[in-house]
Amino acid sequence: MLTKRIIPCLDVKAGRVVKGVRFRDHRDAGDPVEMAAWYDAEGADELVFYDITASSDGRDIMLDVVERVADQVFIPLTVGGGLRTVADMHRMLKAGADKVSINTAAVENPDLIRQGAEQFGNQCIVLGLDAMRVAGAEPVRWEVRVRTGDGGGQSAGLDAIEWAARAAELGAGEIVANSMDADGTREGYDLELLSALSEATTVPLVASGGAGSPEHMYDAIDRGRADAVLAASIFHYRVHSIGEAKEYLASRGVPIRPLSAG
Amino acid sequence: MSRAGPTIAIIDYQAGNLRSVHKALEKVGARPFITSDARAIEDADGVVFPGQGACDSSMRQLKARGLVSPIRASIAGGKPFLGICLGLQLLLDGSDEGNEPGLGVLAGRVKALPRELGRKIPHMGWNRVELCGSHPVLAGIPNGSHFYFVHSFYADPDDTSVVAGTTSYGVEFCSAVAWDNAVAVQFHPEKSGAMGLRIYENFVRQITARVGA
Repeated sequence: MLTKRIIPCLDVKAGRVVKGVRFRDHRDAGDPVEMAAWYDAEGADELVFYDITASSDGRDIMLDVVERVADQVFIPLTVGGGLRTVADMHRMLKAGADKVSINTAAVENPDLIRQGAEQFGNQCIVLGLDAMRVAGAEPVRWEVRVRTGDGGGQSAGLDAIEWAARAAELGAGEIVANSMDADGTREGYDLELLSALSEATTVPLVASGGAGSPEHMYDAIDRGRADAVLAASIFHYRVHSIGEAKEYLASRGVPIRPLSAG
Repeated sequence: MSRAGPTIAIIDYQAGNLRSVHKALEKVGARPFITSDARAIEDADGVVFPGQGACDSSMRQLKARGLVSPIRASIAGGKPFLGICLGLQLLLDGSDEGNEPGLGVLAGRVKALPRELGRKIPHMGWNRVELCGSHPVLAGIPNGSHFYFVHSFYADPDDTSVVAGTTSYGVEFCSAVAWDNAVAVQFHPEKSGAMGLRIYENFVRQITARVGA
């Protein structure tokens, strides 16, 4: 049986891993290569890197980070942040990424998803969905936010659920659903958002934003029907280890890749 | 083992990224090189046949580069061989994915994973491999270990005695074959953490034992 994946997320700014709260106030959390190797040894099933620097200098630093990580860490890597063209995607894949995640560029040019999927396969193209609850909306709905690299970004004028379904039709092979309301709060994933996305799409769904405990991860998988759970601060600051999270999930009957037996 | 490690040809036929395969082989002490030259393949101590993508376009690339006979000859001659993902599927007679005949090293066909409601295709992620047989390249891998898969098709060899591992995803499919000095796996050992590296390590050890370097 396919296991549920646990994915540490490393936000990279100017070559360092940082972590903020609700996409702001970023603090230094370590060296990306060291952290990647540490997470690999701890049993991470995959790693996600987001380049949250917007400058072109930052782009080259990011390529270098991806190369160095991919040369030393032999688990799947997803890289996102600032990728705008098929050529950008190709550079990241050549540097050692297995998948690329796109958000703003896909909103502005949805055909980029189709082009990327055609050239590299659906399994390579991940939709990074930054979703924010619309205040006071009844029933609840979420809007897509773009340019969220460092700060809250802006509304894309799209409904998050409709956009995710469209992106999957265009060829996105996976959706990372990041709740901007929950990000960095450690108060739990947005389970309503995950459930709504599970209803609307059939591609693998990665829960992101709000992880504070292994119980939250279980809820995302059980109630949100997520295929994978992504977390940053609880792992970076050793609030919980990946091993603890896996042990807990296994005890609740979730299929996971155990640490010791490979 | 020679101080420099055995040479390993990684066959390049425009079917996916070879960087991780190259780095994994370096990590376990081999001297890998990426090539589409028949002579270089012949001269290497071992051969890795990787691949990701579509069967038809990949077979056409192999033909255009004159690599069909060198790959067959290399396996038939007993040179240690490791096929990965598409590098397993192409060993068969043909694939339901396309029309081009495969390399025909193994009798049988490549079939599509069954599409059913609720089961996502491609099969992507970590899944268990139930091992059978005792090929040295799969030595020391506990039965039921998890490896990383990304695929929509699987190899179904006629001769079940070559099946060295099976995995379950809607159907119980062959995820590893092994015979003589050849091994081919559906998963990606270069993306499967420590267990994956062990396969590369075993492969390099097998080559070293053979060439006596």
